[in-house]
Amino acid sequence: MEWYLPVIWAALIGTAVALYVVLDGFDLGVGILFPFARDERERDQMMDSIAPFWDGNETWLVLGGAGLFVVFPRAYAIIMPAFYLPVIVMLLALVFRGVSFEFRAVANTSKKYWNFAFAAGSTLAAFCQGVILAGLIQGIKVEDGAFAGGTFDWARPFAILCGLGVVAGYGLLGATWLVLKTEGVVAERARRHAKELLVAVLVFMAGVSLWTPLAFPRIAARWFTAPNIYVLWLVPLVTAVVAVMAWRWLDARREVLPFLASIALFLLGYLGLAISTFPYLVPPTLTVWEAAAAPASQIFLLLGTIFLLPIILGYYGFIYWLFHGKVREGEGYH
Amino acid sequence: MDLDPVLLARLQFAFTIIFHIIFPSFTIGLSAFIATLLIRWIATGREHLHRLARFWTKIFAVSFAMGVVSGIVLSYQLGTNWSRFSVAVGNVIGPLIGYEVLMAFFLEATFLGVMLFGWKRVPPWLHMFSAVAVAVGTATSAFWILSANSWMQTPAGYELRDGIAYPLDWLEVIFNPSFPYRLTHMLSAAYLTTSLVVLSVGARYLLAGRFLEEGRTMMRMGVGMLALLTPIQLFIGDQHGLNTLEHQPMKIAAVEGHWDGSEPGALVLFAWPDAKAETNRFEIAIPKLGSLIVTHDPEGLFPGLLSVPPDDRPPIVPVFFAFRAMVGVGVLMLAAGWVGAFLWWRGLLFDSRWYLQPLAWGWWLGFVAVISGWIVTETGRQPWVAYGILRTADATSPVPSGSIVATLILFVLVYGIVFAMGIYYINRLIHRGPEGRAVEAPERGIPTRPLSTVVEAEREILSPQR
Repeated sequence: MEWYLPVIWAALIGTAVALYVVLDGFDLGVGILFPFARDERERDQMMDSIAPFWDGNETWLVLGGAGLFVVFPRAYAIIMPAFYLPVIVMLLALVFRGVSFEFRAVANTSKKYWNFAFAAGSTLAAFCQGVILAGLIQGIKVEDGAFAGGTFDWARPFAILCGLGVVAGYGLLGATWLVLKTEGVVAERARRHAKELLVAVLVFMAGVSLWTPLAFPRIAARWFTAPNIYVLWLVPLVTAVVAVMAWRWLDARREVLPFLASIALFLLGYLGLAISTFPYLVPPTLTVWEAAAAPASQIFLLLGTIFLLPIILGYYGFIYWLFHGKVREGEGYH
Repeated sequence: MDLDPVLLARLQFAFTIIFHIIFPSFTIGLSAFIATLLIRWIATGREHLHRLARFWTKIFAVSFAMGVVSGIVLSYQLGTNWSRFSVAVGNVIGPLIGYEVLMAFFLEATFLGVMLFGWKRVPPWLHMFSAVAVAVGTATSAFWILSANSWMQTPAGYELRDGIAYPLDWLEVIFNPSFPYRLTHMLSAAYLTTSLVVLSVGARYLLAGRFLEEGRTMMRMGVGMLALLTPIQLFIGDQHGLNTLEHQPMKIAAVEGHWDGSEPGALVLFAWPDAKAETNRFEIAIPKLGSLIVTHDPEGLFPGLLSVPPDDRPPIVPVFFAFRAMVGVGVLMLAAGWVGAFLWWRGLLFDSRWYLQPLAWGWWLGFVAVISGWIVTETGRQPWVAYGILRTADATSPVPSGSIVATLILFVLVYGIVFAMGIYYINRLIHRGPEGRAVEAPERGIPTRPLSTVVEAEREILSPQR
């Protein structure tokens, strides 16, 4: 039991983070593409496509933070101080973009500032998430169970690579979401952006896939030793197939499939990172077992999660069904 | 930098959490108010109730957005600023916060989407159900977070091993000794705060001679709530005080400015508590009344601040003054409620300008009481972060002062802008009033933003040819 519990929880929190990345990814991505809209009508269309969903999507971020705090308090206590500046900058960026939804709609002359706040906040939040991810892959200096590194340990070239990679990835999710939910000029432009971003995402994925085994022997050992390699070569292969299909579906003017393909790309990248780091929560010192809370605490919350998670997924099914269909041009507040 | 990182971390956390509590204390009450309006609308079919519900839903949307984004910050700040706190007590209060997210946040977020955008997409009963779900969600959220906070004040159902708390009995953890008092006190504070805002907006419309039907409904509902709930709140507060005396006597001593526990306490109306000299300066006090209030016995003794070494005393000045601010607002609310009820009975409620005018300006008083109350309870808990388990000074993260100062400045700037603009926009919505044009959701596709009415109305004024 003491062995299984942290693994179950790592899977659950991993799922929550994956859901966060995909769900908030597309609405952050719409913000990243915001500067490319030419007029307020297009911007309204883009924003209306995510307005009923963003709050629920961002709740997974709260669950990720709270989940880490609850189940892996020792990891939470190391990760948060280690990424103090990127975490707080990310949160402030999310504050700006979150209030932009409401403020932009009521603003008259100051609308352009909230347009900027929405776009810049979304982009900065995505970049900071990439930086934090890079910092986690690189590892954190830990002594006596506490963070022992410097304020700027995370600031390395690899962080910039990952930051830009996440921006491109969320941009891809946002672009394919717009292909799915909008029509006219916005959808056409999104289709074009989606192709460009697809290429960019593949470049960044290849970059991270080459960089990490070269820089970190533990990751090279995980991927390139027998028997792992007999199975793991499938991950890059499937990624390549999905990418090719995404391109062809965009060409064929399909609407749902490119969005699903970009979600699949994200999940594959996520799987690759999980393969590289498991069972470490704080590489290279703290495993899921060492970081875990007392078993009684894990069981108490697990019982509730088993009942509540299906209900939560039910909410999601309901709201995405309720607001299905296209946002049409001119349907905003004109 | 030589600045004390503990003080800086506390300042930063105090700033972000004070900013945050403003919005939940408004949205807990407002969601219940909107749900009540919709239930009444469905029961009576009176159109102005529906207009009112739509109007307040727009204000709710702005407030809720600010509450959400400032709340996400807090769930991470526990780690960025108080990492040793999460290691020491995470086992016990972590699951409570986990349950808050799972039971409340997802419920709120989903049905808020329906509430804001679903006017034309769902039948009225489902819309009403969504409003009720959001109201239940906000109250559920309060349940869990206040349970966690109460455990930090009066820990129970745990054992301590190597400085780390382990749960023994979850029911004792959740329903720890101060929790029932704190939960009821905070929920009724949220309902009162919102009632005063609603009453104030109603008074504003009546004074201006606009939206009279809506204004009267808001006045009646606001006065009714204040008149009935304020006395109950004072009673709960008194019971909460007795509970605090039992578990955290130094908090009560600071509240009362009570130094020497060997004599009955006076009711100190005004003083400047001087922590260095260990006495009150400029004191105006009524002898023995303090003991009567605190112990319900004029000769009753209760511990004074001198009974513990200075290091174990909470900061006295903020606790002392914040308590007086909270009680002062409570008395004003009681007056507003009972005078209003009297005027209502005499049929003068909507015409007494001397009553309406101060009310129209007094919408913010409830927030002062809420913030003051939290300053009393949180500052009064010091020097402990988890009472008797972990001192605040031992709970911090290994983060240098420079980072905390830099981010504190960022928080002040960002929150300052967001808060100022939020108030400005809410005021603009109130100025427009509940009439406007109803938010006409399209038959298909994603409907409009809730605030769009304002824009529509303004565009119509600016360009009538549209």
